[in-house]
Amino acid sequence: MIEAFFNIEIMKAAWPIVLTGLWNTILLSLIVVPLGLFGGLILALLASIRHPLVRWPLMAWVDFFRAFPPLVLLVLLFAGLPFAGLELDGFACVAIAFFLNTGSYYGEIFRAGIDSVPGGQVEAARSTGLSRMQAMRYVVLPQAVRNVMPDLLSNTLEVVKLTSLGSVVAVPELLYEARQAQSITYNPTPIVMAAVIYFLLLWPLVRLLSRLENRALAGRR
Amino acid sequence: MSGWDKFVETFFNAKVMWKYLPDILSGMVVTIELALLIIVTGLGAGLALALLRSLAIRPLNWLIIFIVDLFRSLPPLVIIVLMYFGLPYAGPAPSGFVSTWLSLAFVLMAFSEEIFWAGITSIPKGQWEASRSTGLSFGQTLFNVVLPQAFRLTIPPLTNRTISITKGTALGTVVAVTEILGQASSAMSNSYNPSPLMMGAAAYVVLFLPVVVAARWIEAKFAWKR
Repeated sequence: MIEAFFNIEIMKAAWPIVLTGLWNTILLSLIVVPLGLFGGLILALLASIRHPLVRWPLMAWVDFFRAFPPLVLLVLLFAGLPFAGLELDGFACVAIAFFLNTGSYYGEIFRAGIDSVPGGQVEAARSTGLSRMQAMRYVVLPQAVRNVMPDLLSNTLEVVKLTSLGSVVAVPELLYEARQAQSITYNPTPIVMAAVIYFLLLWPLVRLLSRLENRALAGRR
Repeated sequence: MSGWDKFVETFFNAKVMWKYLPDILSGMVVTIELALLIIVTGLGAGLALALLRSLAIRPLNWLIIFIVDLFRSLPPLVIIVLMYFGLPYAGPAPSGFVSTWLSLAFVLMAFSEEIFWAGITSIPKGQWEASRSTGLSFGQTLFNVVLPQAFRLTIPPLTNRTISITKGTALGTVVAVTEILGQASSAMSNSYNPSPLMMGAAAYVVLFLPVVVAARWIEAKFAWKR
């Protein structure tokens, strides 16, 4: 058992490969999280225009990407687009897929946050002479973000976990590198190492979230 | 041939689509089976863990919290890969279907335990005391007083989680499960045409879009009025 899953020799040999993967996972997260946040913010700002012509297509867009598995989106971009003459590498596909998928989730969260700020706030801000954009930027958004902080963090956790899908389109992130090391060494120890790294990396965030969520749900009554 | 015709010929080729339609349909059956198994076992196990936790046995609760944290922090694909490629070294060799089912059921168990538990703890202590003082047993209080109120509170977050984890059945394709994406990918490489992939994508929309729309409705219906 220990020989198979916690083999010290293999760990030593695989360490540099796994470490490269960890580094790439961190880099990938640092790119796709802001990208998703940016996409979500655009969606939420558009949704704050309460015109039916904007509202309905937007809702359809968000629901579509909530219904669509991210891996299918990724495979569609990676394997389907070349037939249309557009060949993108794995990394670009991950970036686009995450922008569309996680952007929709972030968008829903931002929208809920903006809705949670009472309308009187905007009216008060506007009556002091702030423009619509200024009222949004300085009055509504700061409060909105604070109100939905637990949801934003929880989605960010999911996004970081989702970067493991990159392994399917040969992006050299943690899971991909671990599987490479596994196929070289004929031993599952590298995958166990990757799992342990993911756990150590994300556990603090999970603990924090679990506290915040308990408090939020208990406080809703 | 005009550009548009060429596009349709490539991505929505009727001949290819007709040929691989049965494959996609059988993939849909596998996806539905997998999804239902995950939902029933994942939510069942999550509720069971939350109920065990309400017994307030210290060491047991630590164990439950650790298991929940573990499956919340590991990416589902990592769990699936570990189970499918790793477990055979230790003896049992689960199929791709079983690996995907168990992995996603564990993940759903972890998330739903948290939600059920938050629901249970949100019921004020006074209700417990009042119920017990009228002569209800611990079990009666839990099932007749606390859970009915807790359920209502947990439904919106629970539906969202369940959908996003059930969508993960597509990950099964990495371990050779013949669900929609797996069927579509192999059909695509056999026909050297992306039409099966478009069908697969459509199949996911057909399966999951009604669920997402229903979830939106449920969310609005069960939301506590402020």
